[in-house]
Amino acid sequence: MPCNNDDDDKKKSISISRRGLLKGAALGLASIAIPVGNAEASVWDAFFQKHFTEMSKDELQSTIARLEKEYKEKYAVDIKVGAEKPIPNVLFGYGLDLSRCIGCRKCVYACVKENNQSRHDPQIHWISVLRFKKGEKWVNDLEQSDMYYNPEKTPEEGYFYMPVQCQQCEKPACVKVCPTKATWKEPDGIVVVDYNWCIGCRYCMAACPYGARHFNWASPNIPKEEINPTTHYLGNRPRMKGCVEKCTFCIQRTRNGKYPACVEICPVGARKFGNLLDKDSEIRYCIDNKRVFRLKEDLNTSPKFYYFFAT
Amino acid sequence: MKLKIIAYLIMSITIIFIQPLKVYAEEAVYKPVHDIPKFFVPKPPFTDGIFPCSDCHSGMEVNTKRRVLTDEHTNIIFKHAEKQRWCLDCHNANDRDMLRLYDGRLIPFTESYNLCGQCHGDIFRDWKAGIHGKRTGSWNGEKTYRLCVHCHDPHNPKFKAIKPEPAPIRPSENGTHSLPIGNH
Repeated sequence: MPCNNDDDDKKKSISISRRGLLKGAALGLASIAIPVGNAEASVWDAFFQKHFTEMSKDELQSTIARLEKEYKEKYAVDIKVGAEKPIPNVLFGYGLDLSRCIGCRKCVYACVKENNQSRHDPQIHWISVLRFKKGEKWVNDLEQSDMYYNPEKTPEEGYFYMPVQCQQCEKPACVKVCPTKATWKEPDGIVVVDYNWCIGCRYCMAACPYGARHFNWASPNIPKEEINPTTHYLGNRPRMKGCVEKCTFCIQRTRNGKYPACVEICPVGARKFGNLLDKDSEIRYCIDNKRVFRLKEDLNTSPKFYYFFAT
Repeated sequence: MKLKIIAYLIMSITIIFIQPLKVYAEEAVYKPVHDIPKFFVPKPPFTDGIFPCSDCHSGMEVNTKRRVLTDEHTNIIFKHAEKQRWCLDCHNANDRDMLRLYDGRLIPFTESYNLCGQCHGDIFRDWKAGIHGKRTGSWNGEKTYRLCVHCHDPHNPKFKAIKPEPAPIRPSENGTHSLPIGNH
Protein backbone atom coordinates (compact mmCIF):
# COMPACT_ATOMS: atom_id res chain seq x y z
CA MET A 1 0.00 0.00 0.00
CA PRO A 2 1.67 3.23 -1.17
CA CYS A 3 1.59 6.26 1.10
CA ASN A 4 -0.22 9.52 0.26
CA ASN A 5 2.65 11.52 -1.20
CA ASP A 6 3.05 8.86 -3.87
CA ASP A 7 -0.39 9.68 -5.31
CA ASP A 8 0.85 12.06 -8.03
CA ASP A 9 3.49 9.63 -9.15
CA LYS A 10 0.94 6.91 -9.22
CA LYS A 11 -1.38 8.92 -11.51
CA LYS A 12 1.51 9.64 -13.82
CA SER A 13 2.59 6.07 -13.97
CA ILE A 14 -0.95 4.95 -14.73
CA SER A 15 -1.35 7.41 -17.56
CA ILE A 16 1.97 6.42 -19.06
CA SER A 17 1.31 2.76 -18.62
CA ARG A 18 -2.11 3.13 -20.27
CA ARG A 19 -0.47 4.55 -23.37
CA GLY A 20 2.20 1.88 -23.17
CA LEU A 21 -0.43 -0.77 -22.74
CA LEU A 22 -2.34 0.37 -25.83
CA LYS A 23 0.85 0.50 -27.85
CA GLY A 24 1.83 -2.90 -26.64
CA ALA A 25 -1.63 -4.27 -27.27
CA ALA A 26 -1.61 -2.88 -30.80
CA LEU A 27 1.75 -4.40 -31.52
CA GLY A 28 0.70 -7.64 -29.91
CA LEU A 29 -2.49 -7.79 -31.97
CA ALA A 30 -0.55 -6.90 -35.06
CA SER A 31 1.82 -9.75 -34.48
CA ILE A 32 -1.14 -12.10 -34.11
CA ALA A 33 -2.80 -10.68 -37.22
CA ILE A 34 0.29 -11.17 -39.37
CA PRO A 35 1.32 -14.79 -39.52
CA VAL A 36 4.94 -14.95 -38.43
CA GLY A 37 5.70 -17.77 -40.80
CA ASN A 38 5.41 -15.73 -43.99
CA ALA A 39 5.76 -12.28 -42.50
CA GLU A 40 7.92 -10.68 -45.14
CA ALA A 41 9.32 -7.26 -44.49
CA SER A 42 6.90 -5.76 -47.02
CA VAL A 43 3.87 -6.96 -45.05
CA TRP A 44 5.18 -5.18 -41.97
CA ASP A 45 5.99 -2.09 -44.01
CA ALA A 46 2.49 -2.05 -45.44
CA PHE A 47 0.98 -2.45 -42.00
CA PHE A 48 2.92 0.41 -40.50
CA GLN A 49 2.78 2.66 -43.56
CA LYS A 50 2.33 6.31 -42.58
CA HIS A 51 -0.37 8.60 -43.93
CA PHE A 52 0.52 9.78 -47.43
CA THR A 53 0.70 13.44 -46.46
CA GLU A 54 2.98 12.67 -43.50
CA MET A 55 5.50 10.53 -45.31
CA SER A 56 9.01 11.91 -45.78
CA LYS A 57 10.58 11.77 -49.21
CA ASP A 58 12.50 8.62 -48.32
CA GLU A 59 9.47 6.93 -46.79
CA LEU A 60 7.45 7.72 -49.89
CA GLN A 61 10.22 6.35 -52.10
CA SER A 62 10.39 3.08 -50.20
CA THR A 63 6.59 2.78 -50.15
CA ILE A 64 6.49 3.25 -53.90
CA ALA A 65 9.32 0.76 -54.40
CA ARG A 66 7.39 -1.77 -52.30
CA LEU A 67 4.20 -1.23 -54.31
CA GLU A 68 6.01 -1.51 -57.64
CA LYS A 69 7.53 -4.80 -56.49
CA GLU A 70 4.12 -6.12 -55.40
CA TYR A 71 2.53 -5.10 -58.70
CA LYS A 72 5.35 -6.76 -60.62
CA GLU A 73 4.71 -10.00 -58.75
CA LYS A 74 0.95 -9.79 -59.24
CA TYR A 75 0.66 -8.55 -62.83
CA ALA A 76 4.11 -9.39 -64.29
CA VAL A 77 4.20 -5.85 -65.65
CA ASP A 78 6.59 -3.03 -64.75
CA ILE A 79 4.15 -0.54 -63.27
CA LYS A 80 5.52 2.91 -62.52
CA VAL A 81 3.87 4.49 -59.47
CA GLY A 82 4.31 8.24 -59.65
CA ALA A 83 3.74 10.77 -56.88
CA GLU A 84 3.73 14.03 -58.83
CA LYS A 85 2.87 16.95 -56.59
CA PRO A 86 0.18 19.53 -57.33
CA ILE A 87 1.31 22.30 -59.69
CA PRO A 88 1.38 25.66 -57.83
CA ASN A 89 -1.36 28.16 -58.74
CA VAL A 90 -3.46 25.51 -60.42
CA LEU A 91 -7.03 24.63 -59.47
CA PHE A 92 -8.48 22.11 -61.87
CA GLY A 93 -11.93 22.63 -63.33
CA TYR A 94 -13.96 20.61 -65.79
CA GLY A 95 -16.60 21.61 -68.32
CA LEU A 96 -19.11 19.37 -70.02
CA ASP A 97 -21.20 20.64 -72.91
CA LEU A 98 -24.64 19.04 -72.59
CA SER A 99 -25.72 20.46 -75.93
CA ARG A 100 -23.05 18.32 -77.64
CA CYS A 101 -22.91 15.03 -75.71
CA ILE A 102 -24.29 12.19 -77.83
CA GLY A 103 -24.27 9.53 -75.09
CA CYS A 104 -21.83 7.20 -76.90
CA ARG A 105 -20.07 6.12 -73.65
CA LYS A 106 -16.62 6.33 -75.25
CA CYS A 107 -15.50 8.34 -72.20
CA VAL A 108 -16.64 5.56 -69.87
CA TYR A 109 -14.41 2.95 -71.47
CA ALA A 110 -11.44 5.26 -72.11
CA CYS A 111 -11.55 5.98 -68.38
CA VAL A 112 -11.71 2.30 -67.47
CA LYS A 113 -8.64 1.60 -69.59
CA GLU A 114 -6.62 4.60 -68.48
CA ASN A 115 -7.40 4.15 -64.80
CA ASN A 116 -7.08 0.37 -64.46
CA GLN A 117 -10.65 -0.20 -63.33
CA SER A 118 -11.92 -3.70 -62.71
CA ARG A 119 -13.43 -4.99 -65.96
CA HIS A 120 -15.87 -7.52 -64.52
CA ASP A 121 -16.86 -9.07 -61.18
CA PRO A 122 -17.03 -6.32 -60.13
CA GLN A 123 -17.40 -4.06 -63.14
CA ILE A 124 -16.40 -0.55 -62.12
CA HIS A 125 -17.14 2.56 -64.18
CA TRP A 126 -16.11 5.94 -62.82
CA ILE A 127 -18.35 7.68 -65.37
CA SER A 128 -22.09 7.03 -65.61
CA VAL A 129 -23.89 8.44 -68.62
CA LEU A 130 -27.50 9.26 -67.75
CA ARG A 131 -30.16 9.45 -70.40
CA PHE A 132 -33.14 11.76 -70.03
CA LYS A 133 -36.29 12.17 -72.04
CA LYS A 134 -36.53 15.61 -73.55
CA GLY A 135 -39.18 17.80 -72.00
CA GLU A 136 -39.45 15.88 -68.73
CA LYS A 137 -38.14 16.55 -65.24
CA TRP A 138 -34.45 15.95 -65.05
CA VAL A 139 -31.81 17.86 -63.16
CA ASN A 140 -33.45 17.59 -59.75
CA ASP A 141 -34.96 14.22 -60.44
CA LEU A 142 -32.05 12.01 -61.46
CA GLU A 143 -33.95 8.87 -60.43
CA GLN A 144 -35.94 9.26 -63.64
CA SER A 145 -32.80 8.86 -65.69
CA ASP A 146 -31.67 5.67 -67.38
CA MET A 147 -28.02 4.63 -67.44
CA TYR A 148 -28.65 1.23 -69.07
CA TYR A 149 -29.95 2.52 -72.42
CA ASN A 150 -28.74 0.36 -75.27
CA PRO A 151 -29.91 1.49 -78.70
CA GLU A 152 -28.32 0.71 -82.09
CA LYS A 153 -27.05 4.24 -82.41
CA THR A 154 -26.78 7.38 -80.33
CA PRO A 155 -27.89 10.15 -80.08
CA GLU A 156 -31.50 9.02 -80.14
CA GLU A 157 -34.42 11.14 -81.19
CA GLY A 158 -36.18 12.66 -78.17
CA TYR A 159 -33.43 12.03 -75.61
CA PHE A 160 -30.41 13.80 -74.22
CA TYR A 161 -27.49 12.63 -72.13
CA MET A 162 -25.62 13.74 -69.04
CA PRO A 163 -22.40 11.99 -68.00
CA VAL A 164 -21.76 12.10 -64.25
CA GLN A 165 -18.47 11.43 -62.51
CA CYS A 166 -16.68 12.77 -59.43
CA GLN A 167 -17.46 16.48 -59.28
CA GLN A 168 -14.28 17.28 -57.31
CA CYS A 169 -16.24 19.36 -54.80
CA GLU A 170 -14.61 22.25 -53.00
CA LYS A 171 -16.58 21.14 -49.94
CA PRO A 172 -16.56 17.38 -50.40
CA ALA A 173 -19.01 15.52 -48.17
CA CYS A 174 -17.07 12.30 -48.74
CA VAL A 175 -13.93 13.75 -47.15
CA LYS A 176 -15.88 14.98 -44.14
CA VAL A 177 -17.21 11.54 -43.25
CA CYS A 178 -14.05 9.47 -43.79
CA PRO A 179 -13.08 8.05 -40.38
CA THR A 180 -9.45 7.32 -41.34
CA LYS A 181 -8.58 10.38 -43.42
CA ALA A 182 -7.99 8.05 -46.33
CA THR A 183 -9.57 10.61 -48.66
CA TRP A 184 -8.83 14.32 -48.86
CA LYS A 185 -8.76 17.31 -51.17
CA GLU A 186 -5.38 18.15 -52.70
CA PRO A 187 -4.26 21.79 -53.21
CA ASP A 188 -5.05 21.55 -56.95
CA GLY A 189 -8.62 20.65 -56.04
CA ILE A 190 -8.56 16.93 -56.79
CA VAL A 191 -10.23 14.75 -54.18
CA VAL A 192 -7.97 11.72 -53.82
CA VAL A 193 -8.06 8.35 -52.03
CA ASP A 194 -5.12 6.56 -50.44
CA TYR A 195 -6.23 2.99 -51.14
CA ASN A 196 -3.83 1.68 -48.50
CA TRP A 197 -5.53 3.75 -45.82
CA CYS A 198 -9.09 3.05 -46.91
CA ILE A 199 -10.77 0.61 -44.55
CA GLY A 200 -13.73 0.03 -46.84
CA CYS A 201 -16.43 1.37 -44.52
CA ARG A 202 -18.10 3.06 -47.54
CA TYR A 203 -19.30 6.05 -45.49
CA CYS A 204 -18.01 8.23 -48.35
CA MET A 205 -20.19 6.40 -50.83
CA ALA A 206 -23.24 7.14 -48.71
CA ALA A 207 -22.21 10.77 -48.30
CA CYS A 208 -21.53 11.47 -51.99
CA PRO A 209 -24.64 12.94 -53.65
CA TYR A 210 -23.33 12.11 -57.14
CA GLY A 211 -22.83 8.33 -56.91
CA ALA A 212 -19.24 8.96 -57.90
CA ARG A 213 -17.53 6.50 -55.57
CA HIS A 214 -17.23 2.81 -56.27
CA PHE A 215 -16.29 -0.13 -54.11
CA ASN A 216 -14.13 -3.13 -54.91
CA TRP A 217 -16.37 -5.88 -53.56
CA ALA A 218 -13.88 -8.39 -54.88
CA SER A 219 -10.33 -8.32 -56.20
CA PRO A 220 -10.30 -6.23 -59.37
CA ASN A 221 -10.09 -8.12 -62.66
CA ILE A 222 -7.81 -6.45 -65.19
CA PRO A 223 -6.27 -8.40 -68.06
CA LYS A 224 -2.49 -8.18 -67.72
CA GLU A 225 -2.07 -6.98 -71.28
CA GLU A 226 -4.50 -4.13 -70.68
CA ILE A 227 -2.80 -2.72 -67.58
CA ASN A 228 -1.84 0.93 -67.92
CA PRO A 229 1.65 0.96 -66.39
CA THR A 230 1.87 4.75 -66.02
CA THR A 231 0.21 5.40 -62.69
CA HIS A 232 0.02 7.75 -59.75
CA TYR A 233 -0.08 6.72 -56.09
CA LEU A 234 -3.30 8.72 -55.58
CA GLY A 235 -4.77 7.79 -58.94
CA ASN A 236 -4.81 4.83 -61.26
CA ARG A 237 -2.43 2.42 -59.56
CA PRO A 238 -4.08 -1.00 -59.29
CA ARG A 239 -6.46 -1.25 -56.35
CA MET A 240 -7.25 -4.11 -54.06
CA LYS A 241 -10.38 -5.77 -52.72
CA GLY A 242 -12.14 -3.69 -50.09
CA CYS A 243 -11.20 -0.17 -51.09
CA VAL A 244 -13.17 2.69 -52.56
CA GLU A 245 -12.15 4.44 -55.79
CA LYS A 246 -13.30 7.32 -57.97
CA CYS A 247 -12.40 9.75 -60.75
CA THR A 248 -9.28 11.80 -60.04
CA PHE A 249 -9.39 13.98 -63.20
CA CYS A 250 -6.69 11.51 -64.38
CA ILE A 251 -4.21 12.86 -61.82
CA GLN A 252 -1.38 10.87 -63.47
CA ARG A 253 -2.03 12.75 -66.73
CA THR A 254 -3.19 16.19 -65.65
CA ARG A 255 -0.34 16.80 -63.20
CA ASN A 256 1.94 16.19 -66.17
CA GLY A 257 0.14 18.72 -68.33
CA LYS A 258 -2.00 16.28 -70.31
CA TYR A 259 -5.77 16.36 -70.74
CA PRO A 260 -7.77 13.66 -68.92
CA ALA A 261 -8.46 10.52 -70.96
CA CYS A 262 -12.20 11.31 -71.23
CA VAL A 263 -11.43 14.72 -72.76
CA GLU A 264 -9.10 13.14 -75.32
CA ILE A 265 -11.54 10.43 -76.41
CA CYS A 266 -14.78 12.45 -76.65
CA PRO A 267 -15.72 12.33 -80.35
CA VAL A 268 -17.78 15.51 -80.22
CA GLY A 269 -15.42 17.61 -78.09
CA ALA A 270 -18.03 18.05 -75.36
CA ARG A 271 -15.46 17.78 -72.57
CA LYS A 272 -13.31 20.75 -71.53
CA PHE A 273 -10.61 20.93 -68.92
CA GLY A 274 -8.22 23.48 -67.50
CA ASN A 275 -7.03 25.76 -64.73
CA LEU A 276 -9.74 27.74 -63.00
CA LEU A 277 -7.15 30.27 -61.81
CA ASP A 278 -6.03 31.07 -65.37
CA LYS A 279 -8.42 33.60 -66.88
CA ASP A 280 -7.37 32.59 -70.41
CA SER A 281 -8.12 28.90 -69.91
CA GLU A 282 -10.81 27.02 -71.81
CA ILE A 283 -12.76 26.30 -68.64
CA ARG A 284 -12.83 29.98 -67.69
CA TYR A 285 -14.09 30.84 -71.17
CA CYS A 286 -16.99 28.43 -70.62
CA ILE A 287 -17.87 29.89 -67.25
CA ASP A 288 -17.57 33.48 -68.50
CA ASN A 289 -19.44 33.05 -71.79
CA LYS A 290 -21.81 30.11 -71.59
CA ARG A 291 -24.86 29.09 -69.60
CA VAL A 292 -23.36 27.03 -66.81
CA PHE A 293 -24.73 25.04 -63.90
CA ARG A 294 -23.37 22.68 -61.28
CA LEU A 295 -25.12 19.50 -60.30
CA LYS A 296 -27.09 19.60 -57.03
CA GLU A 297 -25.67 23.03 -56.27
CA ASP A 298 -28.23 23.43 -53.50
CA LEU A 299 -26.31 20.89 -51.41
CA ASN A 300 -23.48 23.41 -51.05
CA THR A 301 -20.82 20.94 -52.15
CA SER A 302 -19.47 23.51 -54.59
CA PRO A 303 -18.38 21.18 -57.42
CA LYS A 304 -15.56 22.11 -59.81
CA PHE A 305 -17.40 20.27 -62.56
CA TYR A 306 -19.38 22.69 -64.73
CA TYR A 307 -22.13 21.57 -67.05
CA PHE A 308 -22.73 24.06 -69.81
CA PHE A 309 -24.67 24.67 -72.99
CA ALA A 310 -22.61 25.99 -75.89
CA THR A 311 -25.70 26.53 -78.02
CA MET B 1 -21.62 61.03 -132.41
CA LYS B 2 -20.73 57.63 -133.86
CA LEU B 3 -17.17 58.11 -132.65
CA LYS B 4 -18.42 58.84 -129.15
CA ILE B 5 -20.47 55.64 -129.10
CA ILE B 6 -17.49 53.61 -130.33
CA ALA B 7 -15.31 55.17 -127.65
CA TYR B 8 -17.87 54.27 -124.96
CA LEU B 9 -18.06 50.74 -126.30
CA ILE B 10 -14.28 50.34 -126.26
CA MET B 11 -14.09 51.72 -122.73
CA SER B 12 -16.83 49.48 -121.39
CA ILE B 13 -15.28 46.43 -123.05
CA THR B 14 -11.91 47.19 -121.49
CA ILE B 15 -13.53 47.67 -118.11
CA ILE B 16 -15.29 44.33 -118.45
CA PHE B 17 -12.00 42.66 -119.28
CA ILE B 18 -9.96 44.44 -116.65
CA GLN B 19 -12.42 43.59 -113.89
CA PRO B 20 -11.78 39.83 -113.78
CA LEU B 21 -8.06 40.40 -114.22
CA LYS B 22 -8.05 42.65 -111.21
CA VAL B 23 -9.89 40.05 -109.12
CA TYR B 24 -7.47 37.41 -110.28
CA ALA B 25 -4.51 39.56 -109.24
CA GLU B 26 -6.06 39.95 -105.78
CA GLU B 27 -6.67 36.22 -105.54
CA ALA B 28 -3.09 35.38 -106.36
CA VAL B 29 -1.72 36.97 -103.20
CA TYR B 30 -2.62 34.88 -100.16
CA LYS B 31 -2.60 36.45 -96.76
CA PRO B 32 -3.83 34.74 -93.60
CA VAL B 33 -7.37 35.92 -93.09
CA HIS B 34 -7.64 35.70 -89.35
CA ASP B 35 -5.11 36.15 -86.65
CA ILE B 36 -5.43 32.82 -84.90
CA PRO B 37 -3.11 31.69 -82.09
CA LYS B 38 -0.46 29.24 -83.09
CA PHE B 39 -1.62 25.67 -82.98
CA PHE B 40 -1.36 22.55 -84.97
CA VAL B 41 -4.19 21.34 -87.13
CA PRO B 42 -3.85 17.95 -88.81
CA LYS B 43 -4.14 17.68 -92.58
CA PRO B 44 -7.60 17.91 -94.09
CA PRO B 45 -9.33 14.51 -94.33
CA PHE B 46 -9.21 14.15 -98.11
CA THR B 47 -10.44 11.04 -99.87
CA ASP B 48 -7.39 9.16 -101.15
CA GLY B 49 -6.05 10.55 -104.41
CA ILE B 50 -8.53 13.41 -104.61
CA PHE B 51 -6.06 16.19 -103.90
CA PRO B 52 -4.58 18.21 -105.59
CA CYS B 53 -7.77 18.93 -107.51
CA SER B 54 -5.71 20.52 -110.29
CA ASP B 55 -4.53 17.04 -111.31
CA CYS B 56 -7.84 16.66 -113.12
CA HIS B 57 -9.19 20.19 -113.26
CA SER B 58 -6.18 22.03 -114.70
CA GLY B 59 -6.91 20.95 -118.26
CA MET B 60 -10.67 21.30 -118.00
CA GLU B 61 -12.76 24.18 -119.20
CA VAL B 62 -14.48 26.02 -116.35
CA ASN B 63 -18.24 25.69 -116.46
CA THR B 64 -19.81 28.17 -114.08
CA LYS B 65 -23.34 27.07 -114.79
CA ARG B 66 -25.14 25.75 -111.76
CA ARG B 67 -26.04 22.12 -112.43
CA VAL B 68 -26.28 18.63 -110.97
CA LEU B 69 -22.96 16.81 -111.47
CA THR B 70 -23.39 13.57 -113.37
CA ASP B 71 -19.87 12.51 -114.44
CA GLU B 72 -17.72 13.02 -111.35
CA HIS B 73 -18.23 13.67 -107.62
CA THR B 74 -21.57 11.93 -107.81
CA ASN B 75 -21.04 10.45 -104.36
CA ILE B 76 -21.32 13.87 -102.77
CA ILE B 77 -24.58 14.32 -100.89
CA PHE B 78 -25.08 18.04 -100.80
CA LYS B 79 -27.20 19.05 -97.81
CA HIS B 80 -25.73 22.32 -96.67
CA ALA B 81 -27.93 25.31 -97.53
CA GLU B 82 -28.12 23.72 -100.97
CA LYS B 83 -30.89 26.02 -102.11
CA GLN B 84 -28.70 29.07 -101.67
CA ARG B 85 -25.36 27.72 -102.81
CA TRP B 86 -23.47 25.33 -104.97
CA CYS B 87 -19.88 24.12 -105.61
CA LEU B 88 -18.26 27.29 -106.86
CA ASP B 89 -19.40 29.38 -103.91
CA CYS B 90 -16.69 27.70 -101.86
CA HIS B 91 -14.48 25.99 -104.44
CA ASN B 92 -12.48 28.37 -106.57
CA ALA B 93 -13.10 28.09 -110.31
CA ASN B 94 -9.70 29.22 -111.57
CA ASP B 95 -7.42 27.51 -109.09
CA ARG B 96 -9.10 24.36 -107.84
CA ASP B 97 -6.49 23.70 -105.19
CA MET B 98 -7.73 26.68 -103.21
CA LEU B 99 -10.99 27.56 -101.55
CA ARG B 100 -12.72 30.85 -102.04
CA LEU B 101 -14.14 33.34 -99.55
CA TYR B 102 -17.15 35.54 -100.28
CA ASP B 103 -14.95 38.53 -100.99
CA GLY B 104 -12.91 36.63 -103.57
CA ARG B 105 -9.87 35.96 -101.42
CA LEU B 106 -8.40 32.50 -101.70
CA ILE B 107 -7.46 30.23 -98.82
CA PRO B 108 -5.81 26.80 -98.75
CA PHE B 109 -7.74 23.70 -97.70
CA THR B 110 -5.62 23.56 -94.54
CA GLU B 111 -7.28 26.77 -93.35
CA SER B 112 -10.82 25.98 -94.37
CA TYR B 113 -12.08 27.22 -90.97
CA ASN B 114 -11.95 30.72 -92.43
CA LEU B 115 -14.50 29.66 -95.00
CA CYS B 116 -16.84 28.00 -92.50
CA GLY B 117 -16.45 30.95 -90.14
CA GLN B 118 -18.00 33.30 -92.69
CA CYS B 119 -21.46 31.97 -91.86
CA HIS B 120 -20.87 30.23 -88.52
CA GLY B 121 -19.31 33.15 -86.73
CA ASP B 122 -20.39 32.16 -83.22
CA ILE B 123 -19.12 28.62 -83.65
CA PHE B 124 -15.87 29.94 -85.14
CA ARG B 125 -15.40 32.15 -82.09
CA ASP B 126 -15.96 29.20 -79.73
CA TRP B 127 -13.66 27.01 -81.81
CA LYS B 128 -10.85 29.55 -81.59
CA ALA B 129 -11.30 29.64 -77.81
CA GLY B 130 -11.18 25.83 -77.70
CA ILE B 131 -14.81 25.37 -76.70
CA HIS B 132 -16.34 24.09 -79.91
CA GLY B 133 -14.73 20.92 -81.16
CA LYS B 134 -12.24 18.47 -79.84
CA ARG B 135 -8.81 19.35 -78.51
CA THR B 136 -6.11 16.97 -77.48
CA GLY B 137 -2.63 17.36 -76.07
CA SER B 138 -1.80 19.53 -73.12
CA TRP B 139 -4.17 21.70 -71.07
CA ASN B 140 -1.28 24.06 -70.29
CA GLY B 141 0.76 23.74 -73.48
CA GLU B 142 0.76 22.42 -77.04
CA LYS B 143 -2.66 21.39 -78.28
CA THR B 144 -3.99 19.76 -81.41
CA TYR B 145 -7.05 21.36 -82.93
CA ARG B 146 -9.14 19.81 -85.66
CA LEU B 147 -10.53 21.43 -88.77
CA CYS B 148 -14.31 21.78 -88.95
CA VAL B 149 -14.24 19.15 -91.72
CA HIS B 150 -12.63 16.53 -89.50
CA CYS B 151 -15.97 16.09 -87.76
CA HIS B 152 -18.43 17.66 -90.21
CA ASP B 153 -18.66 16.61 -93.83
CA PRO B 154 -18.69 20.07 -95.46
CA HIS B 155 -21.25 18.93 -98.02
CA ASN B 156 -23.50 17.31 -95.40
CA PRO B 157 -22.38 18.66 -92.04
CA LYS B 158 -24.87 17.24 -89.56
CA PHE B 159 -23.08 14.97 -87.06
CA LYS B 160 -24.04 11.35 -87.73
CA ALA B 161 -25.28 9.00 -85.01
CA ILE B 162 -22.77 6.33 -83.95
CA LYS B 163 -22.90 2.98 -82.23
CA PRO B 164 -22.60 3.43 -78.45
CA GLU B 165 -20.31 1.40 -76.21
CA PRO B 166 -22.01 -1.34 -74.16
CA ALA B 167 -24.29 -0.41 -71.29
CA PRO B 168 -22.97 -1.05 -67.77
CA ILE B 169 -23.95 -4.25 -65.99
CA ARG B 170 -26.86 -3.79 -63.59
CA PRO B 171 -25.86 -3.92 -59.91
CA SER B 172 -27.96 -7.06 -59.40
CA GLU B 173 -25.75 -8.86 -61.92
CA ASN B 174 -22.52 -7.16 -60.96
CA GLY B 175 -21.46 -7.48 -57.36
CA THR B 176 -20.60 -3.79 -57.16
CA HIS B 177 -23.14 -2.06 -55.06
CA SER B 178 -22.43 1.43 -56.28
CA LEU B 179 -25.16 3.64 -54.98
CA PRO B 180 -27.53 4.86 -57.63
CA ILE B 181 -27.10 8.55 -58.28
CA GLY B 182 -29.58 10.70 -56.44
CA ASN B 183 -30.63 8.02 -54.03
CA HIS B 184 -30.65 10.37 -51.07
